[in-house]
Amino acid sequence: MKGDHHMILRVIAKCLIPLIVIYAFYVQFHGEVSAGGAFQAGVVLAVALILNALVFGLTATMRAVPPWFTRSLSAVGVMIYAGVGVWAMLKGGHYLEYQALFGEGPGGHDGQHAGIIIIEVGVLFAVSGALTTIFYALAGRVAEIRDEDW
Amino acid sequence: MTDAVLGGTGTALINILLLAILFVVAIAIARLRSLFAIVMLSGVYSLVSAAWYILVDAVDVGFTEAAVGAGMSTAVLLAAMLLTARTAKPEKPFSRIGPFIVCAAAGIMLLYATIDLPPLGDPASPANSGVGLTYLQVNWYDTGVPNVVTSVLASYRGFDTLGETAVVFTAGLAVVLLLGFGERSLADTLRRAPKSGTRPGTVHKDGDGT
Repeated sequence: MKGDHHMILRVIAKCLIPLIVIYAFYVQFHGEVSAGGAFQAGVVLAVALILNALVFGLTATMRAVPPWFTRSLSAVGVMIYAGVGVWAMLKGGHYLEYQALFGEGPGGHDGQHAGIIIIEVGVLFAVSGALTTIFYALAGRVAEIRDEDW
Repeated sequence: MTDAVLGGTGTALINILLLAILFVVAIAIARLRSLFAIVMLSGVYSLVSAAWYILVDAVDVGFTEAAVGAGMSTAVLLAAMLLTARTAKPEKPFSRIGPFIVCAAAGIMLLYATIDLPPLGDPASPANSGVGLTYLQVNWYDTGVPNVVTSVLASYRGFDTLGETAVVFTAGLAVVLLLGFGERSLADTLRRAPKSGTRPGTVHKDGDGT
């Protein structure tokens, strides 16, 4: 590489990526009270990884967050979501009936809160994992993104 | 009615400005041949439409458009662009007259349909008076979640959201089945340090398929 003429880009990306990740978690855990939710948080989280891959190279990103991890994350996310439904069934309720999670009567909200938070974690895992996997599949077919390609 | 909700001429002007930007960007996308510029402009298009969604109080839709349309799909399209040529083939003039007629007809029908749309924020509109109103009334007692969008998505319509999550997962799975995990290129890159001078796309033709 003939001199690092992307230094400004790299420095700014280095500052931005942690903020993007924090923002993703903010959106995730404020889904109950403000706009956005786990879908958006998952996309934002995936975008942070993709920005990292575009600026610092795909290989470095794949070393940090390997493809086997992202695809497992996606599957685990769907399983967490579906698992909450099974949990409710084991407690004697219907599938995904959060009210039954802790055996509450009508008007009890603990099961609702817990159920929604857990399924949102599942959605976050599924969305961020799937989108990162898609990006890896597309970008992983070329060895390295060179400057001339832009 | 509409003016009262939108907050007068200032907001109306911003509306017109944003829609005009959308129009110009769409025309530019249709006329450009450089794929890089087209991908970037489609990101701009998504971002401007996200701003416009916020203006008409569709905050969640705007947020999703900004994250998915401007962020994610731009990045994915950039990655897809690396696999192909950088410019679209020039076209013969009037080669797309059939699609143009279809687009124009669909546009005229949509314009005709807008006559029947209720005004923005109309409390008597079908979306606000039917099941939407019921959700607003029973949500707090049922779930105790302040954001009705979240409680509808995650609790009342939990099955739908499970289906959506499964769709996202399946989409990832389908792309992986078609294109592979991208790990082979990682292994290749790790084996030999990346040498410049080779064309991307031709390097791994031999052993890249899944």
